[in-house]
Amino acid sequence: MSETFTKPIPHPTPDTQPFWDGLARGEYLIQRCKECGKLRHYPRPVCDGCWSMAHEWVPASGRGTVHSWTVCHHPFHMGFKAQSPYILLTVDLAEGVRAQGQLRGLAAEALRLGLPVALGYEREGEGPVLPIFRPAEET
Amino acid sequence: MSLFERAAITGIGETAHGRGLQQGSALSLQMQASLAAIADAGLSPRDIDGVIPVATGAAVAEDFITNFGIPDLRFSATTPMGGASCVAAIQAAAAAVATGICRHVLLPIGRTGYSGTRIGARVHEMPQFRTIGEFELPLGNVAPAQIYAPMARRHMELYGTTSRQLAEIAVTTRRHAILNGNAAMTKPLSIEDHQNSRMIADPFRLFDCSLESDGGAAVVVSSAEAARDLRQPRVLVMGAAEGHPDSPSVITQRPDILRIGLAKAAPRAFAMAGVKPADIQVAEIYDCFTYVVLRQLEEIGFCQQGEGGAFVEGGALGIGGRLPVNTHGGLLSQAHLAGMNHIVELVRQLRGQGGAAQVEGATLGLVTGYGDMGDGSIAIMRRG
Ligand SMILES: [Zn+2]
Repeated sequence: MSETFTKPIPHPTPDTQPFWDGLARGEYLIQRCKECGKLRHYPRPVCDGCWSMAHEWVPASGRGTVHSWTVCHHPFHMGFKAQSPYILLTVDLAEGVRAQGQLRGLAAEALRLGLPVALGYEREGEGPVLPIFRPAEET
Repeated sequence: MSLFERAAITGIGETAHGRGLQQGSALSLQMQASLAAIADAGLSPRDIDGVIPVATGAAVAEDFITNFGIPDLRFSATTPMGGASCVAAIQAAAAAVATGICRHVLLPIGRTGYSGTRIGARVHEMPQFRTIGEFELPLGNVAPAQIYAPMARRHMELYGTTSRQLAEIAVTTRRHAILNGNAAMTKPLSIEDHQNSRMIADPFRLFDCSLESDGGAAVVVSSAEAARDLRQPRVLVMGAAEGHPDSPSVITQRPDILRIGLAKAAPRAFAMAGVKPADIQVAEIYDCFTYVVLRQLEEIGFCQQGEGGAFVEGGALGIGGRLPVNTHGGLLSQAHLAGMNHIVELVRQLRGQGGAAQVEGATLGLVTGYGDMGDGSIAIMRRG
């Protein structure tokens, strides 16, 4: 028997389903405009550079650096109570868009702007596959 | 054509503010505050011919027609910008009265933020939170404290802004709430109290966060001409503007996560008003979080970006200080009414009705709103 998954789950739309399908197979997908090549994230229907709706999906390399963070002590949703406090990172991905994810394997005291991190994937119980970050080697 | 001095705030009203006072429903609280504002202006409820209910609030325009017996409501709108809504509604109301669509626009709000649904659940019913709801809520980014904290953390890392500097804002605001008398928080607060308060979402401690309270507030925006004949000293709207940040639905993807909508709105409002930040004698600054006050002070131009921490030190925001801010106690210590109470207080100050918190000789001031992922609004007013 699986335990009940109590965290909020995403409700994808036809515009965003490919992103979640990508995560499920271990790929963090970014939309790329088929007309002008501009990347956009999070997924949405129209390129704000050229207004084309034609797009493709490209997997992120997984390399990134810390842009900012917060340490979440108070669980505003009961589903996160057991793991509080948890660290939420805002990360500059190498491709030029940002991602958010919980940090694994490093204490908040060791965080600084620009710290290299690596994207990973994690699934809890019956929940969706979600992006997480771990410290990476400086390159 | 500009909105410069085409509209005036003619009536202000509010209920008692508190937590769990069981004063009534959110609807009845805003009816009570609205009736008080209309009476303050010396108007009859039937004189109201425009209304801008808060988009996510408990009332719609129809409620005011029904409850007040308004014979011909000529203008209704909403300004769905979260905490920026109330001040953004001043711009919308001023435009409506300046063009003759109507004469007296009611801006009401009533909330049971303490007794009713809490913020973490409430925000995710709002369409502005749809993107965060899909892509960040599942990661644990649930409530505004968590959503805004990375902005504050980056400000601290880039500029050396400290938690003690944020505490200065909380402490000064509490002092003002106590002077006001009608406030949810009544106990003095020290910097040490702030530093010892529990961490909510680092760097935000408990006392960096606004409170949840029950209450109502309302203001009446009238045409500047119509305001001449009314009961109170006129408070003219010299400039008003709203501004939307880049990547307005999600902070994570914003090119500069520190840059908020007020950066676009403030220069427009000052240009319309024909005054400079240095001319402002009192400022009611939307204070959902201490950091949000600090950052808005920078974006308005009271100080340079990165200097907000030093600017707020040493009681600078107190009455008698360099720039008296949130003289009523704000959302941090008076009541969370999405900033309608900030408008009420600015008008009170400019009329000279500020009581124990009156800023001596204040005739020119401003009020801001901040909402959702950093939407901004601002109104600059003077007595006249
Ligand atoms: Zn394009």
